[in-house]
Amino acid sequence: MATLSLRDVRKSFGATQVLHGIELDVADGELVVIVGASGCGKSTLLRIVAGLETATSGQVVINGRDVTELEPADRDIAMVFQNYALYPHMSVFGNMAYGLKIRGMGKAEIEKRVKAAAEILGIGPLLDRKPKQLSGGQRQRVAMGRAIVREPALFLFDEPLSNLDAKLRVQMRAEIRRLQRRLGVTSLFVTHDQVEAMTLGDRLVVMNAGRAAQVAPPMEIFERPADTYVAGFIGSPAMNFIPATLDQGNASARLSDGTLIRFADGPRPGEAGMPLTLGLRPEHVETGDGPDSLPLAVELIEPLGSETVVHGRAASGMAVTARLQGAFSGESLPVRLTPTHLHVFDAETGRRLEP
Amino acid sequence: MQKKVIFKGRLLPLALLAPQLAVTFVFFFWPAGQAIYQSLLREDAFGFSREFVGLENFQEVLSDPSWVNAALNSLVFSGCVAGLALGLALFLAVQADKSLRGATVYRSLLIWPYAVAPAVAAVLWLFLFQPNVGLLGRGLNAIGIAWDYRLNGNQAMILVIIAAAWKQLAYNFIFFLAGLQSIPASVLEAAAIDGARPARRFWTIIFPLLSPTTFFLLVVNLTYAFFETFGIIHALTSGGPAKATETLIYKVYVDGVQNLNLGSSSAQSVILMILVIGLTAIQFRAVEKKVHY
Repeated sequence: MATLSLRDVRKSFGATQVLHGIELDVADGELVVIVGASGCGKSTLLRIVAGLETATSGQVVINGRDVTELEPADRDIAMVFQNYALYPHMSVFGNMAYGLKIRGMGKAEIEKRVKAAAEILGIGPLLDRKPKQLSGGQRQRVAMGRAIVREPALFLFDEPLSNLDAKLRVQMRAEIRRLQRRLGVTSLFVTHDQVEAMTLGDRLVVMNAGRAAQVAPPMEIFERPADTYVAGFIGSPAMNFIPATLDQGNASARLSDGTLIRFADGPRPGEAGMPLTLGLRPEHVETGDGPDSLPLAVELIEPLGSETVVHGRAASGMAVTARLQGAFSGESLPVRLTPTHLHVFDAETGRRLEP
Repeated sequence: MQKKVIFKGRLLPLALLAPQLAVTFVFFFWPAGQAIYQSLLREDAFGFSREFVGLENFQEVLSDPSWVNAALNSLVFSGCVAGLALGLALFLAVQADKSLRGATVYRSLLIWPYAVAPAVAAVLWLFLFQPNVGLLGRGLNAIGIAWDYRLNGNQAMILVIIAAAWKQLAYNFIFFLAGLQSIPASVLEAAAIDGARPARRFWTIIFPLLSPTTFFLLVVNLTYAFFETFGIIHALTSGGPAKATETLIYKVYVDGVQNLNLGSSSAQSVILMILVIGLTAIQFRAVEKKVHY
């Protein structure tokens, strides 16, 4: 079992810098998910940890040992690839045994380990098959098996669920989580899917344009996003962003139409009149008539069964999305921007402003 | 999508097939039929008399020591050409597959030899290895190796092998490179993470995954060395010295065109025809079955 530390990892491809100094500490047995939109550098970061890509500067430390200059083979890691990367000419057994054979392990021991791993993953009857005779989910399992027989210090997952259909993805997600808990292997998991990230990770690294925008446990990221990027990226449908300015006394925000919203949790630092971005998740938009309610002209209704997502626009032109319990129909919807769950960001830097 | 097109009449499909059928008939069936017919006849050099002799020509050919010699030459020649052309092409393709600066230039240059006509290729190698004027020929003599392929049969064989292999190198290279590029990078990365060093990765992953390509090329190369190297041998050594580089295909030419022994020459052609049919059959089988993982 092991820890992983990244020290100021930077990477440039030619003149393009894709990683701007990533710092990360992963504790023993922890599963950290790196999540971000495509092109944010998350896969590059994982490949640097694997040794498949060299960092331009910075260090990768596994279990206290600086492995930055080492070959992938010498890092004691295992990786599960998006396209599984099984050896097509080898049987399932051969695929799982390959790494062990290279390490010069005895036949009996190899057989024992492969059998045990196959048992855990439920692929025991498939050991003689070739990869092309397997379904996507089975290939995924073999790829996992190939990783776990090696008993590495570190598991790396590079979007391993992206090629599966939706149902299987949910199933494998839970399975990976259980397996990782059971084996207690320190893991790094890369995905672009925020649901996957939220459900799998002990902690998330939300990446934006080569920087770690926030590193925190899933619920903390959801409840206290560090900036507007994280706030907009995590949560579905995405958070409503409303431009406003800080009012006299720093305890409330003024919208462009003059509406005043008092912060429920106290004043924010800053000067009166500074531009703010207010964030309110669609599920926190309250509906119903009242003195401070805002009529929305409904533009789009998305029924999801147990709930309905309504996209509308206020008279001032401000777009608001609301998530309602049950069904909804109608041309207009009165909503209230209640301050209880309001997120306040500096409009210029995008950073969160705490009371 | 429906792949089969169904024609209403007979005329259009026949008209569409006609050019191909005509070419096949004129350049294959007709000469092949002639060869088979001729192989059963004995004819004098001036064409004044011919007599039907049945399989006598074949009997004569197969028991002729100079034919056996040519057959052995062919085996050595084909084996070495295929081995050399495949081995070198694979090596070069592996090198070209690496992400190198100017890789495209390097790849293009390696493909050029294929565009060179066999006789021109032969002359090129002639100028390199000619003992009096050739750069390498003079060099070899200068360092004390008595190099003269016009006198030494083994040296002559080496020379035609090199020239013939060089000619085929480009073709093999293209196929190997395509084969290498179709191996997903992630499979090799997975092997690297599994602990395999480059040499091991090559022999346990790349080489097995290339085996369908290799097998296909092996058959193509053998066919090439057996049947398409006449020009190179003719221009370089004319089968000499003392028939040291006379292969089966070259002997067909010598006996038929130079010695005007049409019956024997035809019988030899027929034997070669059977050989090439056999090789092609093996290849088709393999393609169907796919010597695959």
